[in-house]
Amino acid sequence: MKILVAVKRVIDYNVQIRVKEDGTGVVTDNVKMSTNPPDDNAIEEAVKIKEAGKATEIVAVTVGEEKAQETVRKALAVGADRGIHVKVDGTLEPLAVSKILQKIVDKEKPDLVFMGKQAIDDDCNQTGQMLSALLNWPQATFASKIDVKDNKLEVTREIDEGLETIEINVPAIVTCDLRLNEPRYASLPNIMKAKKKPIEEIAASDLGVDVSPRLEQLKVEEPPKRKAGIKVANVAELVQKLKNEAKVI
Amino acid sequence: MSVLLIAEHNNKELRPFTLNAATAASQIDSDVHAVIIGQNSADAAKQLSELPVVKKVLSVEGAHYENFTAENFAPVIVKLADNYSHIVCSANTFGKNLMPRIAAHLDTSQVSDIIKVISADTFLRPIYAGNAFATIKSNDTKKCVTIRPTSFDPCESAGGSAPIEKVDASEEFSNTKFIKREEIKSDRPELGTARIVVSGGRGMQSGDNFKLITEIADKLGAAIGASRAAVDAGYISNDHQVGQTGKVVVPDLYIAVGISGAIQHLAGMKESKVIVAINKDGEAPIFSVADYGLEGDLFEVLPQFMEELNKLNTIQK
Repeated sequence: MKILVAVKRVIDYNVQIRVKEDGTGVVTDNVKMSTNPPDDNAIEEAVKIKEAGKATEIVAVTVGEEKAQETVRKALAVGADRGIHVKVDGTLEPLAVSKILQKIVDKEKPDLVFMGKQAIDDDCNQTGQMLSALLNWPQATFASKIDVKDNKLEVTREIDEGLETIEINVPAIVTCDLRLNEPRYASLPNIMKAKKKPIEEIAASDLGVDVSPRLEQLKVEEPPKRKAGIKVANVAELVQKLKNEAKVI
Repeated sequence: MSVLLIAEHNNKELRPFTLNAATAASQIDSDVHAVIIGQNSADAAKQLSELPVVKKVLSVEGAHYENFTAENFAPVIVKLADNYSHIVCSANTFGKNLMPRIAAHLDTSQVSDIIKVISADTFLRPIYAGNAFATIKSNDTKKCVTIRPTSFDPCESAGGSAPIEKVDASEEFSNTKFIKREEIKSDRPELGTARIVVSGGRGMQSGDNFKLITEIADKLGAAIGASRAAVDAGYISNDHQVGQTGKVVVPDLYIAVGISGAIQHLAGMKESKVIVAINKDGEAPIFSVADYGLEGDLFEVLPQFMEELNKLNTIQK
């Protein structure tokens, strides 16, 4: 089985986001960037499946600017075999990314495509589902457990009501939840080895895909701030405030 | 053109957020049609027809719709989409799973998780875990929009009498098979719609200790929430998770116990009307959003809290 894993470079999850004063976006200059956290889970799962002898090759792909290649390099350091960097300028909408990934799937013919369930920058939660629509493949979203069984996967999905288990036939798309596994850290020797693994660079414009934006971001602003609260001295004061001041209990 | 609302239900009745999504749909255009896809879902369809904002109900029945598989639902909606300018659904796990599949088939860029309808083509949505709000204008002729249910009031649920029209089922998608659903049944209010939520974090130290939270939640008629750390640690099941990748809640009162307040957790609760933080670390970020902060050991504070609640003559439910 061959697994394609899509990774995205985003502002690190620990960074306090600042909105640009001109309202055109958020500050990204001199801000720590990392792999989108659930994409790390997607890579980890692929590596575990390969270690269990159920996958033969893992290809990591990213769609992004020059520096997005760092995320592919990191995937190679934790166990992906080779990488693909589809180069684009600026940011693309999930629809455009899924069209690009469709072309990569056509070329690579993987049995499985893994990615995070959601990117923590735009919080869209669309790309995996869109890709499976374009390919007419089954989709297992929000996966917290994956069992590989020959040409099928049994996937446990986290849904609002609890858990759901589905069985999907390969080829298929899985979008990964943070609870799927514990991503490993790359060891120094593996980071060194990863530098020798190949990354194919492809210009998005060579894929013949319409990636023109359909959405206009008119403005980005700070959310309304909560007004500062108070510290109470003890439980009696807290309950009194909730009862008589906030009137919520 | 009209708006098509996708109803979320359990084949017996509508799920509550369908009413919030209906409100959002009616703010886009007053001509709202609602589609309900399921098996033996006639009662839920009737409920849908009674929503005054809904002008027409489209009912699609089939055995392969029993478990709401997106691969089976999407082709039905795509076929209906010709007649509509917008397709709208809740941004919960049902809508998040389904809508992008529809949007891609329609070659439309979806607008996810909107918190406000500014006009028929322009919407407000949170990005970066709610640390920024983006105003997005869609230039697609057909718009697929998911709405954050807690940002819209539920619509009236009675008084309407929309006609119910049967629509033919689409073919079954054979490569996805439903196996089972493990729903955690509880007599408590649903987390997403509860008036009060009491949440525990890593500070609870064990699943057993959550009984301190349960006790208080029972006393207040509250739902129980949790931080991702508490769910990851196995203290409580995933359906309780509040945050960027869990549920978004906007209760009148949110009590965060032993939760440090990572931005990913704040994303799910900081719009709550009143926030209480109980934490032994006075520097914990949760205090920055709390209206009332109490610095202290939760294992001392929670029993005292229960005692004080017991002293009250009345508690609002």
